[in-house]
Amino acid sequence: MLEIKHLNYSVVEDGNTIDILKDINLKIDDKELVVITGQNGSGKSTLAKILMGIIPATSGKIFLNGKDITDLSITDRARLGIAYAFQQPTVFKGLTVKDLIDIATGDTNTVASACDYLSRVGLCAREYINREVNSKLSGGELKRIELALLLARGAELNICDEPEAGIDLWSFDALVNLFQNEKRTFVVISHQRKLIEIASKVILMEKGKIKKVGTFGQMSECMQPLACDKLEGV
Amino acid sequence: MESKTLTEQEKSLLQKISDLHEIPQVGVFNIRRNGKLMARNVDNEINIVSKKDKDGIDIIVKDNTKNKSVHIPVLLSQEGFEDMVYNDFYIGDNCDVLIVAGCGIHNASAKKSRHNGIHSFHIGNNSHVKYVERHLGTGKNKAKRILDPVTSVEIKKNSIFEMETVQLSGVSSAKRITKAVVGEGSSLIINEKILTENSAHATTNFEVVLAGDNSKVDVVSHAVAKDKSKQNFVSKVIGKAKCFGHVECDGILCEQAQISSTPQIIAQNRDASLVHEAAIGKISQDQQNKLMTMGLTAQEAEKAIINGFLK
Repeated sequence: MLEIKHLNYSVVEDGNTIDILKDINLKIDDKELVVITGQNGSGKSTLAKILMGIIPATSGKIFLNGKDITDLSITDRARLGIAYAFQQPTVFKGLTVKDLIDIATGDTNTVASACDYLSRVGLCAREYINREVNSKLSGGELKRIELALLLARGAELNICDEPEAGIDLWSFDALVNLFQNEKRTFVVISHQRKLIEIASKVILMEKGKIKKVGTFGQMSECMQPLACDKLEGV
Repeated sequence: MESKTLTEQEKSLLQKISDLHEIPQVGVFNIRRNGKLMARNVDNEINIVSKKDKDGIDIIVKDNTKNKSVHIPVLLSQEGFEDMVYNDFYIGDNCDVLIVAGCGIHNASAKKSRHNGIHSFHIGNNSHVKYVERHLGTGKNKAKRILDPVTSVEIKKNSIFEMETVQLSGVSSAKRITKAVVGEGSSLIINEKILTENSAHATTNFEVVLAGDNSKVDVVSHAVAKDKSKQNFVSKVIGKAKCFGHVECDGILCEQAQISSTPQIIAQNRDASLVHEAAIGKISQDQQNKLMTMGLTAQEAEKAIINGFLK
């Protein structure tokens, strides 16, 4: 279980303090599919990065299975069972898809086992396994490789920042199935209505605060004026 | 000819520069140790002949030689030894060969060890040559291990010359000069990987003339400079015909190291298309973060990024 208590994040710009996240309190149970939604600039990605340890919280606490992880490094959190798929995947000169899968699993994979992760995200595995993860790959290919790495980690808590972006050739349904079939906890930042519909919990963020938490049915009313212009119907 | 026994130290160098674990029993090779021929084998398609007027060998590959490889490693294990060698490669028409060269120096003394390999390639028509050159130094940090390789390449028509040059750790000073003239329909592909550490210096100087129509050159240099080491990359591509040239220099800086890149592209024909790209910087925080989210420490992530970059 992930628990966030009174989490705040602020930055100082030109001598002025800007509050990015304000008093975030949240509980996420094991094997939940949680979708965080809200308009751009509402603090969704910042919250996700703080959970992974990429950005340090200004104040507040984060607990994973009762353990205080607030001051732990990215590495320590990863080793405790948190994995992260970036909104804009990083490219590496020289490192291949197979190299990254080996790092993700912490072991040397056979081609067959490495290919399995790629097949699950709709990539024709043998075409990709030895390719460098560099800027010659398209945005959509990089996003799917990013998801394959997430699967390869096999983590209990998986954070995905807008995984649907750029999955033009892969059916969106396959992505939805992936989140439903993996019996793990997923915290997904998304504007996609279909993902929001199947989520066990939807968190609507607005101006750095949690506006409302509930199921899609409970949320639909307040989302109309706030976020529906951002929701992309499927 | 000298004793055929390799010390453990020499075996390790040989393995790292040429992938040979021992002196091979088969195949075409020429192993030079401390300035002397140690072992050689030839066949009816590839001949190796010692030069009469100076130190070095001629490697002659007959027309239509396909799927063959030649290994010509050089070992310097005698402390303070200075070696200069001239190797000429004559590749016939319609060939497809792999040439693995390289020099491993072990020097743990206060004396200076040096190897200068002057290599000239004469590539015929419709041939494909892959040339791999690896350089490595071992021994105490303060010992001087110097390598100054000079490579000149002449490519006739419709051939491809691929050159992979790798300088691994432990070389205290290296000055590389590579000159090439590329003929009609031919391509020159150069991949250079250089790692410098401590107070090492490495200079690379490329000069490529695209002389024939539809000739191409693609140079990719990946440099990692650690500690207080310095690297200097100078490239000059001259387009004299309808041609395409691309030079890319990427560098990763660690600690107080320095890298400089100086491009020069000269178009002497209106159908010449020449591109130079250079990017130098420290290890990307995004790359490091990504690998840390997959369980690596910051140091392990840095190592994985550098190893991949130099692979």
